[in-house]
Amino acid sequence: MAYLLEMRSLSASYDTGIVLEDIDFYVNENDFIGVIGPNGGGKTTLLKVILGLIKPVKGRIDFNSRIINSNSIGYLPQISTGDANYPVTVTDVILSGMMIMKRILSRMSALDKKRAHEVIVELGLSGMENSSLSELSGGQLQRVFLGRAIIGNPKLLLLDEPGNFVDSTFENDFYDKLKDLNSRMAILMVSHDIGMISSHVKSYACVNRKLHYHPSSEISNEQLLAYGCPIQLITHGEVPHTVLKSHT
Amino acid sequence: MEGSILQYDFIVKGLLGAVFASITAGLAGTYIVSKRMVFLSGGITHASFGGIGIGYFFGFNPVLGAAVFGILSALGVEYLSVRQKIREDSAIGILWAFGMAIGIIFIYLTPGYTPNLMSYLFGSILTVTYADIIALGIMSVVLILYFGIFYRTILYISFDESFARTYSSYVNIFKYVTTSLVALTIVLNIRMAGVVLVLSLLTIPPNIAMIFTRVYSGIILWSILAGFIGTAAGYVISFFAGIPVGATIIFTLVIIWVLVKLGYQLTRDIGKIKDKR
Repeated sequence: MAYLLEMRSLSASYDTGIVLEDIDFYVNENDFIGVIGPNGGGKTTLLKVILGLIKPVKGRIDFNSRIINSNSIGYLPQISTGDANYPVTVTDVILSGMMIMKRILSRMSALDKKRAHEVIVELGLSGMENSSLSELSGGQLQRVFLGRAIIGNPKLLLLDEPGNFVDSTFENDFYDKLKDLNSRMAILMVSHDIGMISSHVKSYACVNRKLHYHPSSEISNEQLLAYGCPIQLITHGEVPHTVLKSHT
Repeated sequence: MEGSILQYDFIVKGLLGAVFASITAGLAGTYIVSKRMVFLSGGITHASFGGIGIGYFFGFNPVLGAAVFGILSALGVEYLSVRQKIREDSAIGILWAFGMAIGIIFIYLTPGYTPNLMSYLFGSILTVTYADIIALGIMSVVLILYFGIFYRTILYISFDESFARTYSSYVNIFKYVTTSLVALTIVLNIRMAGVVLVLSLLTIPPNIAMIFTRVYSGIILWSILAGFIGTAAGYVISFFAGIPVGATIIFTLVIIWVLVKLGYQLTRDIGKIKDKR
C-alpha cells in the first residue's frame, strides 16, 4: 500500500508558541485515522499543516506526488465557517468545492455540473438541489459540506470535528457514508470524542503537542495515559464502555 | 421653450440615473446585504464625506475626493481590524465619524457660499450633471462585467471566506477589489440620494428581492428591478409633489418593501386557508 504523505520531525507553531513538536507521521492509501487529543493539543493545526495553511518551522512534510498533490485533498472544516443564512443553494455550495482545482471560478462546465449531480445523489440530497441552506436540517447541512469536500474526488479527506453539527439520527448514516468513501480515499478525522468514532476508524493518532500513532482501532486507558493524551471522555454505546478518571 | 428643455433634461437624467443607480445598487447591494456588510458600508458612505469637504476646499471635483476617501476607509477598516486587532465595528465607528468631521471642517474653512452641500447630504437630481450619469453608466458596465465573469468566485469567497482561503490564494485580491467597487458604487450614487440616504438605496432592494428568492443571482435581478421601480417612481412623485428626490426615492422603496412583504404574507395565508379546505 502506497503512502500518501509523510511528516518527518516536523514542528509547527503560532505566535503564541509551539503547537506541534517533532512529529513523525505517515498516511497511507485507504487509511482511516482518528485524530484525538485534548482541545488546544494541535489537532486542527495538524490538518492545517497538511493543507499547507501553516508552514512547518522545523522538519518537513512530503506528499507522494504520483498519487496526491494539494489539489486532491478534501476538507470539511468545523461548521462555524459558513453562514447558514447566506443566500446560496445546495448545488452552489457543493460546486464551490471545485475551487480546490480551479482557484478562480466563473462558469461551470457541463462536466462539473454532472459531477455535482453525482455527489448530490450519492449523499442522498436529491430534490434539494436548489434549496437554500437555511431550509436544511443539521444532518443535511453536514452532508452538503461533505459534498463540497469530495466533489473533486480527493485522495485524502480531512474532517474536523464532524460530530459537532450532526443530530444523532444522521450520525450512523454519516459514518456509513464515510466508510463507503474510505474505499476511494484515505480519511483523517479529528475528534475530541473517541467514543463516537472508535467503531469507525482503523487506527488512531493522539495529538497533544507530540503525536503518538496507534495502529489499531482498539485503544486502552493505559495506552492513552502513556501517550500523554488526556481525552475528555471515552464511551461506547452497546459495547462495554470506559470512562477515564479526570486528570489532575 | 426653456421650460420644456429643462423638463426634457430632468426626464433624461432621471431615467438614465434610475437605470444606472438600480443596476449598480442592485449588484453592490446584494453583495453587502448577503455578507452582512451594511454597517461597514455605512462607514464607507459617511467617511467619504471627508473627501467631499477636501474637494470643496481645494477646488477639485468633490466626487473624486469622496471616491478616494471611500476606498481608503474600506481598506482602512480591513487594515485596522485584521492587522491592528481593533474590533471591526469600533474601527468602522471611528472612520465613520472621522470622515464626517474632516468634511465639516473643510467645508467650514472653504471661503464663500457652498451651494451644493445640501445636495451631497440629501441628493438632488437638479445638480446631477451628465458627467455624473456617464460615470454611473461606466460603473454599471464595470460591475456587470465583474460579477458576470467572476460570479462564482465572488459568491463562494463571500459565503465562506475561510474555506476559500484554504484553496485559493486570490481571496484577498477579490475581497479588496469587490469592497472597492462597493465603495465606488456608494460614492457615485451619493449624487442621487445623498450621503445620509444612499445606504438605503443599496439595502432595501435586496431585502425586497429576498422575499421572493434565496438564490443569489435571483436576488441581484429582483433587486435591480425593485430598485428601478422605486427610483423611477420616486422621481415622478418628487417632480409633481416638489419634494426632495433622494428622500422620495427611499420613502417609495420602503413603501414597496412593506407592501410586497404584506402582499406575500397575505397570499401565503390565503393559500394555507385554501389548503385546509
